[in-house]
Amino acid sequence: MLEKQSNFRAWLYLFPALGLLALYTFYPLFNAFYLAILKDFNVLNRTFSGYSLVENFKIVFNHPDFKLALKNTAVIVFVSVPISVIVALFISVALNSIKKFQGVFQTIFFLPYVTNAIAIGMAFAFIFHKDYGLVNMFLGWIGIDPINWVNSEPGNVATWGRTMFALIVYTVWGGLAFKIMVFLSGLQSIDKQYYDAARVDATPRRRVFTRITVPLLSPIIAYITITSFIGAFKAYRTIVGMFGPTLGPAGARPSDRLVTIVAIVYEAIDNGATGKYSEAAAASIVLFLITLSFTGVQMWVSKKRVHY
Amino acid sequence: MEITLKNVTKIFQAKDKSETVAVNQFDITIPSGKLVGLLGPSGCGKSTTLYMIAGLLDPTDGEIFFGDENVTDTPPEDRGIGLVFQNYALYPHMTVRQNIMFPLENIKVPKEEALERAQAMADLVGIGELMNRKPKQLSGGQQQRVAIARALVKKPRVLLLDEPLSNLDARLRLQTREEIKRIQRETGITTIFVTHDQEEAMSISDEIVLMELGIKQQVGDPQDVYDKPDNLFVAKFLGTPPINIFEGEVKGGKVMLNGVEITKLKVPDMNVVVGIRPEGFKVVEKSDFQLPVYQVETIGRDTTLLVKLNDEGETYRIIVDAQYRIKPGDVVNFDVLDSKIFIFNPESGELVN
Repeated sequence: MLEKQSNFRAWLYLFPALGLLALYTFYPLFNAFYLAILKDFNVLNRTFSGYSLVENFKIVFNHPDFKLALKNTAVIVFVSVPISVIVALFISVALNSIKKFQGVFQTIFFLPYVTNAIAIGMAFAFIFHKDYGLVNMFLGWIGIDPINWVNSEPGNVATWGRTMFALIVYTVWGGLAFKIMVFLSGLQSIDKQYYDAARVDATPRRRVFTRITVPLLSPIIAYITITSFIGAFKAYRTIVGMFGPTLGPAGARPSDRLVTIVAIVYEAIDNGATGKYSEAAAASIVLFLITLSFTGVQMWVSKKRVHY
Repeated sequence: MEITLKNVTKIFQAKDKSETVAVNQFDITIPSGKLVGLLGPSGCGKSTTLYMIAGLLDPTDGEIFFGDENVTDTPPEDRGIGLVFQNYALYPHMTVRQNIMFPLENIKVPKEEALERAQAMADLVGIGELMNRKPKQLSGGQQQRVAIARALVKKPRVLLLDEPLSNLDARLRLQTREEIKRIQRETGITTIFVTHDQEEAMSISDEIVLMELGIKQQVGDPQDVYDKPDNLFVAKFLGTPPINIFEGEVKGGKVMLNGVEITKLKVPDMNVVVGIRPEGFKVVEKSDFQLPVYQVETIGRDTTLLVKLNDEGETYRIIVDAQYRIKPGDVVNFDVLDSKIFIFNPESGELVN
């Protein structure tokens, strides 16, 4: 009797969370799979002409921007994530080893986390501005002429390489805050005696880092790496933040736009009066499968390399 | 390697600027090739002293010498010490072999030689078969040996052990302490270990150093310290069951306890603290020193009598031979062995006899 009652209560307490999850997570999830197999779906009157497992995926694969989106997403994922994990690791180790002002620096490095991504994107667009930006100002000091990183002037539109570079700098910086916070708490949980033991045994600093700190931190490094990769696969907000919905400087060649897979999803939803919901759903499922398989590989690798 | 501490003091400063004197003007010479136990209750500064010898803590004042070399400002990596931490600090992600080889790799010993030396050291401490295991797959005692092997493999001048037995269960503790003694004897390395367990310290040390509140209390051969404690703290700290402490007085050259003369002492009349070891009592046919027994603990080898001077007073323990079949309620006549009686000044705690 008592058990039954507490069971009921448990469900009662879980209900609000489960209800919201069902409404906003589980239903859309299944709905996306459903939408992706509908032919000629019209969202306004919810009509469709039949079912097909491949039709919408074919449309996505033949999308003029699909290959570009794959390339851009891959570059963002495989360049920005490793850099930002490594940079965050070094900053955390440095922060952990200083005593004075540690709190101050921790706060400074954490600020990007509580700042709006679009706002930071706009700030970065300005930092990379050809005529007024900080980057070109610094470059000017060492005698380098202003570079058109992200702007468009008549006859001089920023190229893919430059806009991508600016985007990656922004993505790396924006991702540091959370990583540093997690790494720092991980570092602080490592028993200080390991470092005392290493000191007594005359371990060079570099070896302390590679043989003790990194292995002992490896579960956290793996966690951060995997979640960062998943996040980077979904890159879109950062690009809108820097370049607006055109996803590139005005007048950029179509092949120079920083389209990502998520961008294809949103552009499909936004297409015409009714939107192409089935295509959007199919594109998001493609992204989901890519992310899933990649994460699977990572889990498999980390099982071999991570010391729990 | 003879180790000398001259006037070593360590003061810890808390955030609110309050100061704690952990070690106070500590002077000691640790003879070369001996196994020395730093003994004292927790918080007495013994671990602090060990870490200052290791170089992981800097003394606030005073100097530390290894032989003739002043190492006070020498960083730990240049002191040539091996340190075994209380919880061993074995690297969990490395195998036993990698753990033992780690110090050798740091000083760039060629791989072949490092492998050989690691194996030899592992064999010495008796874990030669476990080289491919991770620390988690070992028992506490085995981990302890790995830690000792790792500390010894680079051939340090001094081996330091912080509470080496405290993480082991009772049986393993007995076994491991013999093991430490054996390893120390076979390597001949000057070894200092810290413990709060007097039995542990006395059983394996060539010399014990007793500390209390950061101050050295007594140094010497364990038996000598037990037989001739310099002060009340030392007398109370050594021995299980602990020494019996009575309030007594000296009157006309006689030491009186509960109105009964127990020994003679040529000092002016004064109140004194009388300490008698539990084994210092002899059951006799007839004496003036009679005590009622209210409880008897039998362990077979000998018998512990629990007695009280009066109903409210403290409980005292007396160890007698098992041949006396004494029952609770018996009143027993005792004689006290002079060598087991220690008379202390009640104010200073110093020994007066």
